[in-house]
Amino acid sequence: MSSEELWRLPAAQLAERVRSGKLAAAAAAESGWEGPARVWERDVHAVVHEAASARARAAAAAPRDGALAGVPVLVKDNLCTLDYPTTCGSRILEGYRSPYDATVIARLRAAGGVIAGKGNMDEFAMGSSTEFSAYGPTRNPFDLSRVPGGSSGGPAAAVAYGLCPLALGSDTGGSVRQPAAFCGVFGLKPTYGRLSRYGLVAFGSSLDQVGLFARHAGDLALLYGVLAGPDPWDRTTRGAPAPDVSAWDAGVEGLRFGWPANLWKEGVDAEIVEALESAAADLEKAGARRVPFDFLPGEYAVATYYLVATAEASSNLARFDGVRYGFRDREATDVRSLYTRTRSAGFGPEVQRRILLGTYALSAGYYDAYYVTAQRARTRIGREYAQAFEKCDFLLMPATPTLPFRLGEKTSDPLAMYLSDVFTIGANLAGIPGLSVPRALSRGGLPRAAQLLGPHDSEAVLLRAARALEVRGDRGRMGRAHHQEFAWPTKR
Amino acid sequence: MSISREDLERIAELARLEIPADRAEALRLELSAVLSFAEALRKLDLAGCEPSQFAPSGVPMRVDELDGRKLDPARATAGAPESEDGYFIVPPIVDYIEP
Repeated sequence: MSSEELWRLPAAQLAERVRSGKLAAAAAAESGWEGPARVWERDVHAVVHEAASARARAAAAAPRDGALAGVPVLVKDNLCTLDYPTTCGSRILEGYRSPYDATVIARLRAAGGVIAGKGNMDEFAMGSSTEFSAYGPTRNPFDLSRVPGGSSGGPAAAVAYGLCPLALGSDTGGSVRQPAAFCGVFGLKPTYGRLSRYGLVAFGSSLDQVGLFARHAGDLALLYGVLAGPDPWDRTTRGAPAPDVSAWDAGVEGLRFGWPANLWKEGVDAEIVEALESAAADLEKAGARRVPFDFLPGEYAVATYYLVATAEASSNLARFDGVRYGFRDREATDVRSLYTRTRSAGFGPEVQRRILLGTYALSAGYYDAYYVTAQRARTRIGREYAQAFEKCDFLLMPATPTLPFRLGEKTSDPLAMYLSDVFTIGANLAGIPGLSVPRALSRGGLPRAAQLLGPHDSEAVLLRAARALEVRGDRGRMGRAHHQEFAWPTKR
Repeated sequence: MSISREDLERIAELARLEIPADRAEALRLELSAVLSFAEALRKLDLAGCEPSQFAPSGVPMRVDELDGRKLDPARATAGAPESEDGYFIVPPIVDYIEP
């Protein structure tokens, strides 16, 4: 098989060829760059750091018998890697190299995976469009005038257009599921504490979770199996062994899915609702049962999130002060001006906005009114989900209220941008897993998605439902922008 | 809820950020809009809801134990803008005062 076709293979098949000796690990690792990515990347700009020499070294060192032997994986630029800079899409980390690999990176390598490069992102994962990156925006491969979603827009776009079959992102309020939805790929945010965050640059520590992208549900299960589990270097990982997801193709016969239709009565694009209804019908055909009920409107979760997440961010980002990492303002004459000048020049506008908001929510006189109220609301939101999961095995709802929006459409209106996360944020507040599943393209050729949410440790159920939708879904074709149409195979 | 100019200056000081004069009013309005939106939480019935700092997990976190890995100071400081012999270099913190 020529490299022209290798880049189309699912990760599981690529790794199998390397394990059986039919394909060199180096050829597998380079397959994406020898496909259309070479041309597409110039327009899409999904990658901020990459080097063929680093991939060749990594492929040479990769174990040939691993579950991901030779498989290239693009990782978000907020995951620490020894072989590339780690810059979080920010000027303040210009040129910074981590002295260690994140645990998820080390586990990828131990399974034979090769880091394909670092994916573009909104600065410090704050954004929903990948427009707030110091490296410039990533564009949606389906329509270059539109955003890929964010903040993990680079990894999502790269998986969509064929650079690599798998990618890693991070999801603090939807930053994996929303770009997966906008780019027509699968995106999983695992249960809080299931994937180690050692080496993930912190944003909102009670919300952050490493997330996964793939073009196929089975590949998502494969990657989850490699990465999930306790880590002695992350005290917030769950102690019990991770759920076994090997039965991802077991179907959904007898499962109940919640259908909180009050959430999309208004304010949701009609074509998104249509895709959701077809997903519900497909699940029913596969033997699952629909359970309708009302659910707490997502606006409460957005309000809660933008107080909790910004408060935690204002604290986490205090470490970037021009002393320990990356960029320093050279004009500073004393420590205080070093901090202020470095942070003012190094952080972009959205990061500064969120630090200020979080500082306000935590400051004397406003702490109880804002931060404590938000924490109490968080308890309430967690209970809402727990009650919902007494009635069903998982929830079906939109991943996003709209189709991918145009570049520049929301950058000057922070609240409008924040509301694009209205369906994803709740899962982070409750610590539950969520999975974005691609559905048929809209009439205008843009990706649409459905989102599955389940109770803690329900990853196996979510993957089974995602697979049931995958084999029935018509995901349509890629490549409108490049007049090069092809379909990702979805059938068995 | 509207943030005053004084509030904005105070939180910028706390956050160690300088706000350019020509950005201050726009920023004040943007932050006020988000806080006004957050006022919606007042409509939510929070009776019996204690504040939660972390996502409810239902599963205890693992026992904290280290595996002996150590990071060499020279490597730990190598990514800093200025370092020497495993130390971070910063501008003077205390002025020298003649005794």
